Amino acid sequence: MASAKETILWRVRRATRDVPEDERPEDVAVARGYRKEGEDARAEVVDRFAAHVAEYEATVHRVAEDDLPGVVEKILAGRGIQRLVVPPKLPQSWVPDGVEVLRDAARPRLTNEELDGADGVLTGCALGIAQTGTIALDAGPGQGRRALTLLPDYHLCVVREEQVVDLVPEAFAKLEEAVGVEGRAVTFISGPSATSDIELNRVEGVHGPRVLEVLIVG
Amino acid sequence: MTIKPPDAFSPGETPTFEASAKTSLADSQLRRNLGKATQTIRRKRAAVVEEMPDWEELREAGRALKERTLRHLDAYLLQLEESVTKAGGVVHWARDADEANRIISGIVREKGANEVVKVKSIATDETKLNEHLESEGIHAFETDLAELIIQLAGETSSHILVPAIHKNRAEIRELFLRELDVEELSDEPKDLANAARLYLRKKFLNAKVGISGANFAVAETGTVAVVESEGNGRMCTTLPPVLVTLMGVEKIVPAWRDFEVFMQLLPRSSTAERMNPYTSFWTGVSEGDGPEEFHLVLLDNGRTDVLADEIGRQTLNCIRCSACLNVCPVYERTGGHAYNSVYPGPIGAILTPQLVGIGKPGSDSLPYASSLCGACYQVCPVKINIPEVLIHLRGRVVRHKQDRGGLRERLDPENAAMRAMAKAFSDPELYENAQRLARVGQWPLVRGGKIGSLPGRLAGWTKVRDLKPVPKQSFREWWKEERG
Amino acid sequence: MRVALFITCFNDTLFPETGRATVGVLERLGHEVEFPMEQTCCGQMHFNTGYQREAIPLVRRFVEVFEPYDAVVAPSGSCVGMVRDLYPMAADLAEDADLARRVADLAPRVFELSEFLVKKTGVTDVGAYYPHRVTYHPTCHSLRMLKVGDAPLELLRNVRGMELVELGEAEQCCGFGGTFAVKNAETSAAMLGDKIRRVLDTESEVCTAGDNSCLMHIGGGLRRLQAGINTVHLAEILASTEER
Repeated sequence: MASAKETILWRVRRATRDVPEDERPEDVAVARGYRKEGEDARAEVVDRFAAHVAEYEATVHRVAEDDLPGVVEKILAGRGIQRLVVPPKLPQSWVPDGVEVLRDAARPRLTNEELDGADGVLTGCALGIAQTGTIALDAGPGQGRRALTLLPDYHLCVVREEQVVDLVPEAFAKLEEAVGVEGRAVTFISGPSATSDIELNRVEGVHGPRVLEVLIVG
Repeated sequence: MTIKPPDAFSPGETPTFEASAKTSLADSQLRRNLGKATQTIRRKRAAVVEEMPDWEELREAGRALKERTLRHLDAYLLQLEESVTKAGGVVHWARDADEANRIISGIVREKGANEVVKVKSIATDETKLNEHLESEGIHAFETDLAELIIQLAGETSSHILVPAIHKNRAEIRELFLRELDVEELSDEPKDLANAARLYLRKKFLNAKVGISGANFAVAETGTVAVVESEGNGRMCTTLPPVLVTLMGVEKIVPAWRDFEVFMQLLPRSSTAERMNPYTSFWTGVSEGDGPEEFHLVLLDNGRTDVLADEIGRQTLNCIRCSACLNVCPVYERTGGHAYNSVYPGPIGAILTPQLVGIGKPGSDSLPYASSLCGACYQVCPVKINIPEVLIHLRGRVVRHKQDRGGLRERLDPENAAMRAMAKAFSDPELYENAQRLARVGQWPLVRGGKIGSLPGRLAGWTKVRDLKPVPKQSFREWWKEERG
Repeated sequence: MRVALFITCFNDTLFPETGRATVGVLERLGHEVEFPMEQTCCGQMHFNTGYQREAIPLVRRFVEVFEPYDAVVAPSGSCVGMVRDLYPMAADLAEDADLARRVADLAPRVFELSEFLVKKTGVTDVGAYYPHRVTYHPTCHSLRMLKVGDAPLELLRNVRGMELVELGEAEQCCGFGGTFAVKNAETSAAMLGDKIRRVLDTESEVCTAGDNSCLMHIGGGLRRLQAGINTVHLAEILASTEER
């Protein structure tokens, strides 16, 4: 008896009999007339990123590089964050002295219970998208594995100005190597966890972190 | 508690759309909930689409990419299998719902799990996976807020994106008070969401197996994407050591870079946001990050039949955004349950009858659940010409009745009337006779210069409207008289 | 220009005054109008209800009758939509390549009245006079199939003596939809109810549109309610002058 795979492929081929034998996928024209790269000046792009992130009810701060550690310390203290999850390779200078650090590593990994019991997580990111106010994580340095930014109820994310791209297509181009070559998992985050399931009104805070705070460093 | 209506994908005969619509039209609470929700989302969608100067170019690219994928689906499926396998995943093929369910319950049983956590997946609603798992002693926890609501209520989805759109906050509060073991709860959406968070958190932390659908899978890299809002998708695809994803064979996109099109089209069309809160992209298994085991189940279940219909094929472009539901004047009034399918609204009216096959009275009625107003086509982000497919399917339904139906179908008064009229229209002389006949034949019905009630199948018209009688002189009679 | 009037079977039988008005407007603008007596029905009702094999002879007849003309004008967006959008599908179904070619040749020359006036001949003022308060309902097929856009409104704005009132949620379907109004009578009525509410809100005397089918549906409802609002086809407003 034919396997399910053989049967499905046979059905697909029979269903597409109208496609000429010698047609290749790239013969089906795809007009890509949409915008691939933004044309605006950097300052404008970064401003837009900040504005769009804020529209999702995330808190946004613009800080100078030198002020970063101080600002992080102040924000965490203001939020009452005591137990802070820190991913591998996060710059040590970002982590304030006064908090209890839960450092994740390949061995030993923090357990899900430890992550769930933490007050928050501090990470960097792979890039930011101005057009949509999105932060992309690709498990690179200072970002850690996916569970780190998921279980703690508070996420403080540092985005460097030079990491902000204007349009969505620029982001997928930049992430291509991390995915295609290294097979890394990518997560797009646009504001805190939310739902529109009740009367189609967006409310913030369901299963993911209920508070997202973004520091734009430039 | 509402009893689940029969569904196009369950055994047994489902009611027709006309019959089910009567019930929902009479439900004033439903009409109010739906009207409010669809009007809100329509306005928001229009605003976020308006800010995109290249929206039409994106739609065209999305359509073309889907066409490319579907015309070469065999090659892309093989490429996807290879990429996923190379990335450490396991690929399974399922000819139909039963096969998919058996594959999935097999994996769950092998892990010794009697509970799984699930992300909203219409493909699993189509295969009735939850019922199957239950019959094997495995409980599936729906973790999407709306899916949880309808699971707790024992109901079925009424919207592709917002399955509980038919319920308002007061109804949800009552349900949670009854089912979630909470003492106090307001009807504020924030509090309701929090109740769900507390209820499901332990399930996420302890689950051995997560089950998801897929919004997209990339043939080139093997990357699977789940687009969501609440974070339950991230939970299910990240925390459990084993992840099983069920996806229809049509969900493939050729390359990673093609996300630059679909990830712009989908969020704005579905939740009317620039971007949805969370999208997870994973490629097989990542060492030390997320599940240790990943299974991808590729489901046919009628999709190759849709593919075989050259006009119907475009239905498989669908990225399940639900924009067509939100603009549909029929959906807005009847709601999703009237469609008796996990795929309601305009897209459901063309997808369901093609997936289950023409010749079933319930699903055959769906292509007629439209005034052909075309609002759906106008908003579709992948340019599915839904009115065209509706009309094409009506043709298939009628031809199926005429060619394969029994005596009852052939003696159907509609069939007889249509044939008689076609004959009359075939010749000007017969046509003019028919015009005269209509003028004479109507007299028993005319009262006070109007027709207030028609007999038989036409009675529906005069229930709410008067009909104007046929005037004494037709246009052509006037023309002959004046100009002839 | 040799202009043929495609009256449509529906208008021919039920709304002859719309046909007379269409002829009046076109002739007033200097067009020579012909009425091919061999025409019957475009086949839309059959085609859209699924009786598509039965519609094919009607498609053939239409093509044969109207092929010789430079332009074909009809006071119905819906029937013109059938010819332009669905005749190619009918020709495919008939597996008739010759018919497909002839359809492709003829279809671009078939126009809905407002489209012919504004888009084809560039006329927006037809010299009409109509001293009434009027609201306009854009029918779905003229709006979304033919994409006539603002053409009917441009014509109406230039009608003297008339007060044009905007209709709320104008682009929502009235619920007619051909046999939909019979097969799904309850849903159709629910849609009609909302449309009528919007029409009543305008406090107009007249509701107009480019299709008598939608108007018969809306008008039938208004009449049943004794709403005191008439439905009048766009062509009849455009044909109306101070002299008559």
